[in-house]
Amino acid sequence: MSEPRAFSNAYNRCLTRRAASCLGVSLARRQAFVMALVGYGLAGPAVFFLLVLFLLPVVGVFFIALTDWQLGAGSLSFIGLANYREAFADATFRASVANTAVYVLIVVPGTLLGGLTVALLIEGGKSCRSFYRAVHFLPFMATVTSMAIVWEALLHPTIGLVNQMLVAVGLPAANWLRNENTVLPVLGAIGIWQNLGYAMVLFLAGLKSIPRDLYDAADVDGADLWIDRLRTVTLPLLGPVSMFVVIVVALRALECFDAVKVLTQGGPGDASEVLLYTLYRESFEYLRTGYGAAIAVVFLAMVGTLTLINAIVMDRKVHYQ
Amino acid sequence: MSAVASVKGFSALARILRHVVLLVTGALILIPFLWMISLSIKAPGEIFHASFSVWPVQFYGIENYEKALSEAPLLRYMGNGLMVCGLILALQILLCAPCAYALAKLRFFGRDLVFGMVLAGLILPHQVLSLPLFILGYKLAILNTYAALILPYVVSPFGIFLFRQFFKTIPDDVVHAARLDGLSELAIVWKVMVPMALPAVIAFAIFSVVGHWNDLFWPLIAVRDQSLMPPPLGILVFKNEEAGSDYGPLMAASTLVVLPLTIAFLAAQRWFVEGLTGGAVKQ
Repeated sequence: MSEPRAFSNAYNRCLTRRAASCLGVSLARRQAFVMALVGYGLAGPAVFFLLVLFLLPVVGVFFIALTDWQLGAGSLSFIGLANYREAFADATFRASVANTAVYVLIVVPGTLLGGLTVALLIEGGKSCRSFYRAVHFLPFMATVTSMAIVWEALLHPTIGLVNQMLVAVGLPAANWLRNENTVLPVLGAIGIWQNLGYAMVLFLAGLKSIPRDLYDAADVDGADLWIDRLRTVTLPLLGPVSMFVVIVVALRALECFDAVKVLTQGGPGDASEVLLYTLYRESFEYLRTGYGAAIAVVFLAMVGTLTLINAIVMDRKVHYQ
Repeated sequence: MSAVASVKGFSALARILRHVVLLVTGALILIPFLWMISLSIKAPGEIFHASFSVWPVQFYGIENYEKALSEAPLLRYMGNGLMVCGLILALQILLCAPCAYALAKLRFFGRDLVFGMVLAGLILPHQVLSLPLFILGYKLAILNTYAALILPYVVSPFGIFLFRQFFKTIPDDVVHAARLDGLSELAIVWKVMVPMALPAVIAFAIFSVVGHWNDLFWPLIAVRDQSLMPPPLGILVFKNEEAGSDYGPLMAASTLVVLPLTIAFLAAQRWFVEGLTGGAVKQ
């Protein structure tokens, strides 16, 4: 409670200097009241939209998930947890959850290792740093929809560059996006391609924050080789950053939608059905509003768990600047 | 002597190896971009005739780009994207800066509650809100208009959060001095705080514009008319309804959609890295 007093004291001093010396306590109080009104005035519009566009909708999703509402239908009735029961009994939804998990488990380790390797190599020398950084970061900001169309051309069964190269070196070609065994790993590879630069810049920032004298100390202790310094200093000190990278990349991987929408529409069969795509299709193509809302709640629960872990980790003083 | 020489030899080898590996990974990263541009200047016959060559035998770029611009209202899509992103950003700054100032520098009952709301908004994945926002858009009769594309994003919890963090680092004395100069609180926000927080504003602007220029999920839900579509949705429709696997024009369209942000990124790399990592990486 010292902060408000300090604030009003300081404000009071300003007033005193400016106006008269006989300002009483009551005037100071009125000033605090005016300050509060100003605060509400300045924060009010944003708070209104936060309520209408974020907080009430999220309450709404939980509410709609308990109904059998179909978009456009005039009436709805409460059906309790039936939507959730239906979802978890549904083969497509179960495939969707499993595929999302597999996709995350491909993208996260791949992005982590790739990003770390590239960051270590870039930081390991002095020349061309910003060039290499720019090149590897480029896919992260490129429009996914456009790049997915490019990947479709690259992966085209007959004229795609990938198959041409495989055939040229004597390996069998494949119809990557139409084969249920390859579609998810291929989408995962595209996910790694896209997020690697993001992990890289986070690792680069982590590497910069490692104090020089730790390497000197390691030198004194006889860690002469590059690999010794990596093992004893660099990697242990990158631990917290790695945790942060794992979680933010996992969150991005959970939100995979654009590439699936452009390339596979969940197919073949349910092989590339992921949560956001299922959510989109049930809600806005099949117009099964209540059921779609239940999927949204499941999705929110997964994202929320990861975010919570992130918050706890961040709280333990993770420095990544 | 020989030990020093061998260490030097080793480090020279390591330096070369570093470049070799980074050039290979860099090339792998760039292949899709390179191939996109390559296909966009190749004739259909050449595209379907398998070849590794990046440069076309017959330069067909003008025909492909002309086709992309005439068969799809690509310039219209990009204009839509520009306008929607610009309006979203303007409204976000307009709403977020005063709120962030109130949270950082003013004391009022319920301030912690407001900040809690901001944090709650920050962790919500926006796709979860799409159903209620679609219903809200329907009730307001703004579906299939520019307003539907803009309204859900007029306030950004991340913007409020980022600005608040930055405003808190500005000394209170600056605020007091501005008050002594007779500035109103709103004038303090716009004439003192926002200019001083320009790095945060730029980082946020990049975060916001890149995010909304690239967004497919919400436009897919919010608009049906081709004349309203932002670039990602437009190019998806162009692929599904016009071009199919007529890759030349399709790649030309993709190139044009990716190009503006890529140029901006190459010109302001550091700002992009800071903005897109949510301020996690400060330059």
